[in-house]
Amino acid sequence: MKHPRWETHLSPVLTAQDRVREAHLVRRRTRVALVLSLLICAGVAWRVFNLQVLEFEHFRTLSESNRVSLLAVPPTRGIIYDRNGVVLAQNTPAYSLEVTPEAVEDMNALIAALGELVEISDIDLERFHTALAKARRFDSIPLRFRLSPEEVARIAVNRPYLPGADFKARLARTYPHGDLGAHLIGYVGRIDERDRQSIDTSNYRGTSHIGKTGVEQQYEGVLHGRAGYEHVEINAFGRTLRVLERRDPVPGSDIYLTIDAGLQAVAEKALGERNGSVVAIEPSSGAVLAFVSMPTFDPNLFAYGIGQEEYAGLLRSPRRPLFNRALNGQYPPGSTIKPIVALAGLEAETETALEGAYCGGWYSLPDSRHRYRDWKKTGHGDVDLDRAIVESCDVFFYRLSVDLGIERIRGALVDFGIGVPTGIDLSGESSGLVPSPAWKEAIKGQPWYPGETLITGIGQGYTLATPLQLASAASALGTHGVRMRPQVVLRRESGDGSGSEFLIPEIAGTIKIGEEESWNRVIVAMEDVVHGARGTARLTGQGAAYRMAGKTGTAQVIGIAQNEEYDEDEVAPHLRDHGLFLAFAPVLRPRIAVAVVVENGGSGSTSAAPIARQVMDYYLAPESEPRDGRLMAEAGVRRSAFN
Amino acid sequence: MPVDRDRTLAQRMHLDLPLILGLVLLSGLGLVVLYSAAGENSQLVFRQGTRMAFAFALMFVVAQVSPQFLFRWAPWLYFAGLGLLVAVLVFGDVSQGARRWLSIGPVRFQPSELAKLTVPMMVACYVTARPLPPSPRRLLFAAGAVVVPVLLVVRQPDLGTALLIAGAGVFVLFLAGVRWRYIGGCGVLVAAAAPVMWYLMHEYQRERIRTLFNPEQDPLGAGYHIIQSKIAVGSGGLYGKGWLNGTQSQLEFLPERSTDFVFAVFGEEFGFLGVVLLLAAYMFVVVRGLQLAADAQETFGRLLGGSLVLVFFVYIMINVGMVCGLLPVVGLPLPLISYGGTSLVTMMAAFGILMSVNTHRRLLSD
Repeated sequence: MKHPRWETHLSPVLTAQDRVREAHLVRRRTRVALVLSLLICAGVAWRVFNLQVLEFEHFRTLSESNRVSLLAVPPTRGIIYDRNGVVLAQNTPAYSLEVTPEAVEDMNALIAALGELVEISDIDLERFHTALAKARRFDSIPLRFRLSPEEVARIAVNRPYLPGADFKARLARTYPHGDLGAHLIGYVGRIDERDRQSIDTSNYRGTSHIGKTGVEQQYEGVLHGRAGYEHVEINAFGRTLRVLERRDPVPGSDIYLTIDAGLQAVAEKALGERNGSVVAIEPSSGAVLAFVSMPTFDPNLFAYGIGQEEYAGLLRSPRRPLFNRALNGQYPPGSTIKPIVALAGLEAETETALEGAYCGGWYSLPDSRHRYRDWKKTGHGDVDLDRAIVESCDVFFYRLSVDLGIERIRGALVDFGIGVPTGIDLSGESSGLVPSPAWKEAIKGQPWYPGETLITGIGQGYTLATPLQLASAASALGTHGVRMRPQVVLRRESGDGSGSEFLIPEIAGTIKIGEEESWNRVIVAMEDVVHGARGTARLTGQGAAYRMAGKTGTAQVIGIAQNEEYDEDEVAPHLRDHGLFLAFAPVLRPRIAVAVVVENGGSGSTSAAPIARQVMDYYLAPESEPRDGRLMAEAGVRRSAFN
Repeated sequence: MPVDRDRTLAQRMHLDLPLILGLVLLSGLGLVVLYSAAGENSQLVFRQGTRMAFAFALMFVVAQVSPQFLFRWAPWLYFAGLGLLVAVLVFGDVSQGARRWLSIGPVRFQPSELAKLTVPMMVACYVTARPLPPSPRRLLFAAGAVVVPVLLVVRQPDLGTALLIAGAGVFVLFLAGVRWRYIGGCGVLVAAAAPVMWYLMHEYQRERIRTLFNPEQDPLGAGYHIIQSKIAVGSGGLYGKGWLNGTQSQLEFLPERSTDFVFAVFGEEFGFLGVVLLLAAYMFVVVRGLQLAADAQETFGRLLGGSLVLVFFVYIMINVGMVCGLLPVVGLPLPLISYGGTSLVTMMAAFGILMSVNTHRRLLSD
C-alpha cells in the first residue's frame, strides 16, 4: 500500500516521516487540550467550592428564608343582569369534598365511608387517584365537586369520624333562571386545551372556568377580571404557614344586558313547544330586547360539568336545543321582504309599482309555459302596491321583480341587512344569503334563470335570512331607513368601581329613499296588514291598544310541483312551511321591532303573528314604561357626567 | 488476521470498556438525580432510561463504522447536513420561538444536532488531505466550512448549539496544529468583535448576559433562574441535603430542574463532595476519551475523536458554569444527566465514533 491516506487522489504522498511528525504534533496538541481542560474544570470546581463551602452560611440562610411562594387568587366573575337588574348569571358558593392524604390512616376505608354518604362515581375516583399521585401529603385533593346542601350536611354531621375529609367552598357560576335566554347569555365551562392557547395564562392561574358561548364568551375579557396574588410563607416542607402579602384580584365587570327578562320569558312562552326564534330590537338604538331560540337548554349543566351522555343527548336531539336559531338559523324570509321590494319599486318608479298589476292567480314569463302561482288560486284581481302588501299578492311582486331585475332586488335586500352579518356583539353570527347571478355562477357553476328573479322577489329560492337580520330589517323599516347595529350590552359596571360604560348606539347603514312619501305608503300598507279589514294578519291586530305595522311570510320547506297542491295535513311535520312575521310598533316612533320565525308552523299569519302580538303587548303595556325609562334616563345622566 | 491475535474481545467489537464504564456510571447517576429532580416521577425516569438504552445501542452500532468510511463520506454528510439546516429555516417547526425542528413523515429531529458531528468530520477530512499543520489558505477554507453551518444555526436562533458546532470545528483545527500566533490573532479578533456581537444579539440573549452580572435587578424575571440555582447549589454545603431532600428543588423554587438546571439539584442534594465525584467521573471520561483519540491510527481519527471529546467537555463546563452563575443562561443540558433525548443521542453517536477511530486498525505496508 503506497498511500497512508485512505483516498489517493487528493493528497501528495505522505512519507513515513510525515506520519510520525503529524502523530507527534496532534498528540502534543491533545496534551495541551487535556491540561487546559483540567485547569478549566479545576476553575469550575473552585467556583462550586466557593458557593458550597465558603459561602455556605450565606446560601443556607437564603435557602431557609426562601419560603415565600406566590399563589394566584382568582377574581370573582362579573354578574350578568338584564336591563332592569334581574340577575341572569351569578356566582354562588359550591361545596366540594376534599381529602388531605397525611391525615388519613386508611385511604380505601375513608373513600368507602364517604361513598356511603355521598355518591362518588368512577370518574370522580379516577380523577382523585390521578391527583393523589401528583400531590404532596398535605395538599387537599378534591374527591367530589358540587355537593348538594343535603350532602354537605351529611358530611358535616359525620366529620368527626372522617379524619382527613372536609369540604371546601368556592364560587361557581349559576344561572338562576335556568334555560331563560340561554343562547344569548351562554355558559361557562372548564378551561380546555383550546382555550389555553388564547388566554393570558398568568391571569387565569386559579381560574377553572371560562366563557364558552354567548355573552359569557363574547365578554370573557370584561367578565373575568384580573387575578390577584398572595405571597405566602411556607415551611421547609412546603406547607403554607401564613399570608405575608396579598394583592387583591380585580373582580370582573358586571354586565347589564339590553334584554328584558320579562319580555324574554313572554316570548319563550309564546313559542312554547314549537321550534323557532323571536328577536326584538329597539329600533332607535339597536338594543336587543329579546333574543329567543327555542327549544332552549339549561346552561347550568355546562357550568356544572355536563356528563358525556347528557351532552350527547343534547347534541343528538332532533330539535337541536343547542342550535342558536336567532343567530345561526337561516330561513327563506318569504313574503316578509315584500315591503322592501315594494320600496325598491317605488324608488325605481317601475311600471308595476306605479300602475299596479292584474292578478289572475298565476304569472308566466314571456316565452314560457311555467306558471308561477299566487298563494290565492283565484287571484287578487286588480292590485296596486298597497293592496299587494296588505294581501301579500305574489303575482304583483313577480311583475315588480321582472321590472326591477335581480341586481336591484339584491341591492335593496342588502341595504336592509339581509345576507350580511348585522355586526351584533356576539360571535359566530351567520350571514344569511341574497343570491346574484355572479354568486350562482361561482358556487353552482350555472347561469341565472329569469324565473329565479321572480321567486327571489317573494323571498323564496336561495334567499336566506336569520331572525336577527329580519328583526333588524323591521327596525330599519320603522326608522325610515336608519339601520342600527344590534347590541346586547346596555351597561358595563367595572369591578373595581372605577366607572361604567354605556351602550353607544351605532348606525350600521342608512337606506336612501328619494321620496319620504314612499316610506309612508309602504308603512301604511304594513299597518293595514295588521289592522286593515283585508290584512293577512288582521286577526292579530284585533283589540290592540297601539298601532302595529307588520308583514307576514310563509317559507316553503319543500318544492311543490306544477300539478301538485300543498296540503298541510298531508305533509310530514318537519316539511311543513315555516311561519314568519316581522313588525314594529307603535307605527309612529316605534319602540320595538320584532321578527318571529316558527319552524314548520304553517302560515305566518296564524303561527308567527300572534307571538309578535304577545311580545309587543307585554313591552308596550303602560306599566312597563317607567321600568325601562328609568334605566335609560340613568344611562343618559351618567354619560353626560363623564363628558 | 495477525492483528487480531493480540487484541481483546472488546477491541475486536470496537468497544472500549473503561470509557463505557464511565458512561454507564454517569447515566445511572443521571437517572437517580432525575428521579429526585422530577418529583419522584418514575414514569419520566423510565422514559429517560429507554432513551439512554437506545443511545447506547446507537453508540455500539456507530462504533462498527470504520473511520475510512467516515472519511470518504465526510463531504457528502457535511453538505447533506447543510441542506437540512437550510430546510429547517424554510420548513422547520417553530417551538418556543425558535425554528429548530424538521419533520420528515413521523420523524422529527434537529438538523443542528447532526451538524455537531458532520462539521468536525468535514474539517478533519479537509485538513488531513495535506500534511499538517494546515497552510493559511487551507485554514481559511476550513474556517469557512465551520462558519456557514454556524450562521445557519444562529439564525434559528440556537446560540448554544451554534457555539458547540463552532467549537467542534475549531477544536479540530487546534489539534491539527494551527500555529499559536494564529490562535492569538483570533483571540484578539474575537475580543474586538464582541461589541458587534452585542449589537447583533437578540434582546433576550442580551438580557441573559446582563442578568448574569446583576441577577438581582430582576429577581422574579430573568434573574430568577440564576438566583435560585445559586441558592440551591450553595445551600447544599459540603455534604448536601440528601437525596430527595433538596428544599430548593422539591419545593419547586428551582425552574427547569429536570432539564438544564439538573446540576443545581445534584449540588443541593449531594453537596460539594458529590460535585467533586461527579466532575471526577466526567473528567475520567474526558481523559480516557482524549487518550483513545490520540492513540488512533490515523490523523483523521485523532482529530475527529479529540474534537468530539472536547465538545463533550465544553458541554459540561458550560452547563455547570451556567448553573453556578459563571456563564449566561444558554439552554444547554448537562450531558447524560439532564432529561431529554436529542443531545443524548448525538453525544453517544460521538462516543461511538471515538471508539471506532481507536479500534479500527489495519496493517501498514510501510
